[in-house]
Amino acid sequence: MRIEEHPVRQFDRGEKVSFFYNGQKMEGYSNETIAAALHAAGIRRLGHSPELHRPRGLFCAIGNCSSCFMTVNGEPNVRICVTRVEDGMRVEEQHGKGVIST
Amino acid sequence: MIRNVEVLVVGGGPAGLCAAQAAASVGAKVLVLERDYVPGGQLVKQTHKFFGSEKQHAGERGFQIGEDLLKEIEADPNIQIMTETTALGYYEDGVVTALKGREHLKFRPQRLIITTGAAEKFLAFPGNDLPGVYGAGAVQTLMNVAGVKPAERVLMVGSGNIGLIVSYQLKQAGVEIAAIVEAAPKIGGYLVHAAKIRRAGIPIKTGWTVKEVLGTEQVEGAVICQLDDKFQQIPGTEEKVACDAICLAVGLTPLTELCWQAGCEMKFIRELSGHVPVVSDNLETTRSGIYAAGDATGIEEASSAMVEGKVAGYSAAESLGHSPEKAAQLRAEALEELRQLRAGPTGGKINAGIDKMKEDGGVVHVNLYGYSH
Amino acid sequence: MLISTGIPTKEDLQGVIPPAQRRARGPVAMAECFQKIPCNPCVAACPVKAIRMGEDINECPKIDFELCTGCGSCLTKCPGLAIFIIDETYSDATALVRLPFEYLPLPEAGQYAMGLNRAGEELGWFKVARVIKGSGRNLTHTIWVEVPKELSMEVRNIREGGYRNG
Repeated sequence: MRIEEHPVRQFDRGEKVSFFYNGQKMEGYSNETIAAALHAAGIRRLGHSPELHRPRGLFCAIGNCSSCFMTVNGEPNVRICVTRVEDGMRVEEQHGKGVIST
Repeated sequence: MIRNVEVLVVGGGPAGLCAAQAAASVGAKVLVLERDYVPGGQLVKQTHKFFGSEKQHAGERGFQIGEDLLKEIEADPNIQIMTETTALGYYEDGVVTALKGREHLKFRPQRLIITTGAAEKFLAFPGNDLPGVYGAGAVQTLMNVAGVKPAERVLMVGSGNIGLIVSYQLKQAGVEIAAIVEAAPKIGGYLVHAAKIRRAGIPIKTGWTVKEVLGTEQVEGAVICQLDDKFQQIPGTEEKVACDAICLAVGLTPLTELCWQAGCEMKFIRELSGHVPVVSDNLETTRSGIYAAGDATGIEEASSAMVEGKVAGYSAAESLGHSPEKAAQLRAEALEELRQLRAGPTGGKINAGIDKMKEDGGVVHVNLYGYSH
Repeated sequence: MLISTGIPTKEDLQGVIPPAQRRARGPVAMAECFQKIPCNPCVAACPVKAIRMGEDINECPKIDFELCTGCGSCLTKCPGLAIFIIDETYSDATALVRLPFEYLPLPEAGQYAMGLNRAGEELGWFKVARVIKGSGRNLTHTIWVEVPKELSMEVRNIREGGYRNG
């Protein structure tokens, strides 16, 4: 669901990149966040709440609310709304609170 | 290693960028920390033309104002912006820590300007945690920055300026608006925005709210209902709304963690939309050397945030001895701009809030930890 | 009530509609701006200084209809998209309404568009006489629509898309 033509804005999306969402290969653009790339593909369930396991989506999109935590390249609790998507990136739904590797 | 900084600005939105520009224009060296990878704060996603007067770039669109400001700032050798850098804390020895990627950074600023902006408020209703319930600002970011449609049909909750503008922008992006529901009996935002979306066929239902979300995995619809004059739901008035997203535009609250940590005196002021630091006319908090501006001192329009940023920037630079006469003069001009912006009925609430903030004697500067800036 | 519906009432409009004698002389601007908000770009936009506000930028604009030439400079500058140009001298039966427009797709001159009133209700298919694209940084387009004269104070928008050829 990308906007191709907009009355006011032109979108400088940058280079096409491919990344993996739960192991599945997807396309995004270098100038956009992981959240934007996933939403463009119609994916808006980003994870589950750690206690009640309710589905979680994006809420603030400015790196403030923690609703969009995902595991990126093995690192949990990444705010995907302010993290740019990169070529080869592995983005995964997070289960539980995540463990930080040292 | 602790890096010494003359003026540290936390938050590269309209207030922060203008603060940096003001301080640098009279000779201060400024470092701006910005959490996002594009500076500009909420300006980057504002596609509508701004109100105000020429001095606040009225008639230009928010993102254009942001781009212009950034160009000027990037050309200014006195200003450095660090993006993708989140300030983490203020310590009692005056050190500000931040995270950039995996790097932990420490700064010791002579003057600190807190322009951390605001966060969107939430609303309690069953299903409010499901994917598809978005802050209205989040939807703006998706569609106006990334060019991604957040949904096909949206229920907007709240008719303040954000609710009205985001509805208009959703329609511009080709998204349908089922309705705007507003709990209050009156439209909260500017009536020119309201008229613009009414003539586009978008209904505004005052005295209505969202009752619950339909769907278990994500938003598949909503139930709305009418409210009585005590804001209680009226049984029997429920209506189903077909929508795949619900946008919450129910207000913002100042982001003031750094002010709390720094021991600034804080007050809860409803008119300013939450806990705010008590500040002087020069926007200095009760901790000398720490200034605050923009939404962090009370929720207002971006035009006011820009002017407040200037006030804080000139004040900080003046206190450091940078062209003090010129800085004071420019600050006085900025304060006059602010006065004009707030002179009408829409500024009444802000003025009332500021009056409340100044009750009990106003600002008494203290130096809690004996650290001298 | 405008404040609860967003739709200006007859009473609201009475104060801003140019007098009939003036409308009979050619194009003229009307500002559907009823609320005191801090905003004044229309004042600077007017090349003949027909829009006045006084010292307080929160005042509503006052258009001097005698000075106003209906040039439309203010129309694309108003951040609220609240200014319209009305020309009741367009032809015997039709008036021309010029309105600000920021949606896609744009109609082409000669096509017919669904005209909408202030509540977004359909008023009929009207011919688009001209489309002026927003230039440079402005980006607000102006659509000129031919409407029956009695609807000159009703048509305030067109539906985006679905335009008809003849």
